[in-house]
Amino acid sequence: MKPGLNLIIAWGLLRARVKQSVVAGVGVTFGIAMFITLTGFMTGLNDLLDGLIINRTAHVRLYNEVKPAIKQPIEYVQKYDHPKHFISSIKPKEHGKEIYDAPRIMESISKDPRVSGVAPKVVTQVFFNAGEIEIAGVVNGIDVLEEDRLFAFSDNVLEGQAIDLDHVSNSIFLGKGLADKMLVKKGDVIQVSTPRGDFVLLKIVGLFQVGLADFDNTQSYTSMETIQKLLGKPASYITDIQVKLNNIEDAPDMAKEFANIYHTDAVDIQTANAQFETGTDVRNIISFAVSIVLLIVAGFGIYNILNMMIYEKMDSIAIMKATGFSGSDVKQVFLFLSMIIGVSGGIAGLLLGFTLSSIVDNIPFVTAALPKINTFPVNFNPVYYGIGIVFALVTTYIAGLFPARKASHIDPVIIIRGK
Amino acid sequence: MTNKNTVLQAIDICKDFYDPVKIRVLNHVSFNILKGEFISIIGKSGCGKSTLLYILSTMDTVYDGDILLNGNSLKNRSNADLAKVRNESIGFVFQFHYLLAEFNVLHNIMLPALKLNKFSRQEIEHRAMERLRQLGVEDQALKMPGQLSGGQKQRIAIARALINDPAIIMGDEPTGNLDKYNSDLVFDLLSKLTHEFGQTMLIVTHDNDFARRTDRIIEMQDGKIISENQVV
Repeated sequence: MKPGLNLIIAWGLLRARVKQSVVAGVGVTFGIAMFITLTGFMTGLNDLLDGLIINRTAHVRLYNEVKPAIKQPIEYVQKYDHPKHFISSIKPKEHGKEIYDAPRIMESISKDPRVSGVAPKVVTQVFFNAGEIEIAGVVNGIDVLEEDRLFAFSDNVLEGQAIDLDHVSNSIFLGKGLADKMLVKKGDVIQVSTPRGDFVLLKIVGLFQVGLADFDNTQSYTSMETIQKLLGKPASYITDIQVKLNNIEDAPDMAKEFANIYHTDAVDIQTANAQFETGTDVRNIISFAVSIVLLIVAGFGIYNILNMMIYEKMDSIAIMKATGFSGSDVKQVFLFLSMIIGVSGGIAGLLLGFTLSSIVDNIPFVTAALPKINTFPVNFNPVYYGIGIVFALVTTYIAGLFPARKASHIDPVIIIRGK
Repeated sequence: MTNKNTVLQAIDICKDFYDPVKIRVLNHVSFNILKGEFISIIGKSGCGKSTLLYILSTMDTVYDGDILLNGNSLKNRSNADLAKVRNESIGFVFQFHYLLAEFNVLHNIMLPALKLNKFSRQEIEHRAMERLRQLGVEDQALKMPGQLSGGQKQRIAIARALINDPAIIMGDEPTGNLDKYNSDLVFDLLSKLTHEFGQTMLIVTHDNDFARRTDRIIEMQDGKIISENQVV
C-alpha cells in the first residue's frame, strides 16, 4: 500500500504537469529511438561488410608461392655438405604451384575440431579469345558444393545456377565485367587458351559479380574436373586449400601451424584483410558515443524539469511531511515521477526506434558488391532494445535521484513559517 | 503533575537561534495539555509561540527539554518515527490551507489516512465523507481545491487534520487569512469539535477575541510563559 500510495501521488503530480512531463519523456524517447536506429543500422552494416570478408574468404589459405626452394637439391647431398656451390642459372620447374599430397592434407585438416570446413581450389592464368583479341584472365576451379556451403558463392551469382558447373561439362561462370567486355551472355560458348597453349571451348552457364572491378573483369569459375582437364593434370592437382574455422580468432596461429606441418605457405584472414576490423570498431564506437550523448542530454532534461517541479511543489512537500510522510516517502514520490517519465519515454523510444529501423530497412540500397541486397541492412537484434531500455531507466533514475534527495531534505517548518 | 488525562506535556523546553548571534527563543517552557482542552497560545510577534508549536508538533527537533505525547517521550526519535507520530496522533491546521492542487478535496482528506493504512480504502472514503458532513462541506467533495473559497478550503484542511482521529490538533493562526464571517465559522467548528467530540486543540493566534473564547489562554513573552488563565 505504501509504495502504491507514493506512486499515486507521483502520478497526480505528473498529470498536473502533462506538458512538461511529455517534453521530458520525448527527450528520452528521442534518445532511445536514435540509439536503436543508429546501432541497428550501424551493426547491420557492419555485419554485412564483415560478412563480405569473413563469410566469403578462406580464414586460412594454404598455397605454394612460386619461389626458389630455400634448400636447393644439391644441398641435400651429404657429400657436398659444406663447400660453397657454384651452380648458376638454376630454373624453376613447372609444378611449383601444386600442393603435394593435397587430398591427404585436406583430409587431415578437416579432422581438426577447430575447422568447420575445407575446400580445394585450382587457380590458373588463361587467355579468353574474343574475336580478334585476347583478354588475360583467371580461371578458378572450385568444388561447387563446398564453395557454396563455406563461402556463399551463390550470393554473388547474377545469372544462372552455381550447381550447373557440376551438371554441365566444360562449363564456366564469368565475371560480369569480363562478359561485358567480350559481348557474351549466358548460354554462349567461349574459347579459352591455357598456359600450355591448348584451346578449349567452354559454355557460359552463368555470370557473377563481386563488386570489385578488378575481380569482375578478370575472374571466372569452373569445376575442379574441368580445370584439371584444361591443364592436363590429374584429379589430385590442387593449388589452394581454403580452410574455414569455427572461431576466426584462431586464424593467425593456425596459419603458422599449418605452414609448419604441411610445408606450404599459409596466410590468415586477419593478415590478408587488416583494414576491416578497424572499420568495424570505429563504426561501433561512433554509434554508441552518439547514442550515449543523446541519452545524457535527455537525462539533463529530466533533471531540470524535476528540479523546477520541486520548487513549485514546496508547499505540497511541506504538508506531506507535516501530515506524516517521511523524507524517504517524498524521495520515492519524486523518483517514481522520474521513473514514470523514463519508462514511458523509453518504451515509446523502443517503438519509435523499431519504426525508424523498419523505415531504414526499406530504403533502397543498390550495391554492385551484393546483387541480392536491395535495401539497407538493419540489425533487429533484441539485445540492443534491452540495452536501450536499461540505459533509459538508469539515466532517468540518476537524473531523478538528485532532485528527489533534495526534496526529501526540505524542512517543512521553514516552508510553513515562511508564509 | 502527570495526569491520566494528559495528552501532551512540555517539560522545560529551551531553544536558541544562532543566526546571526545566539538568541534564546524559548526559555524553560513547561505546561500540560489535558484531553478535550481547547487551548490558545497568544503573545506578540517574536515571543516564540510559533517556535513552541513547531517543537511540540515534532517537526522541529533541535531543542533542549522533553515532550511527552500520551506519556511517550518524543526526544531522540528518528525522523521516520516522528513522521509516523505526526501521521497518527497530530492534526495540523495552518494559516494557509496547504491542499494539494493536483487532487480533489476528498482525496486530499484521504491522503493522511491512506498513509496510515489502518483502514480499507472504502472505509477511509466513508470516514472522509463523514468529516466533510461534520464540517458542512460534503457537497464540495469532488471539487478541486482551486474551485473553493478561502473559508471552504480552511474547513477542508480541518477535515484533513481530523481524518486519523488525532490525539491533538495544532493550529498556527488558522483564522489568520480569513474574513470575520469565515473566521467565526472556523472558530465555531473548532469549538464544536472540542465541546461535542472531546477533540484536544492547541491553537497559536494573535487574535485576542479568538483566544478569549477558548478554554485556556497561555500568554507568552520573550520565550517565557507569563500567564496561564482558565477562561471562565
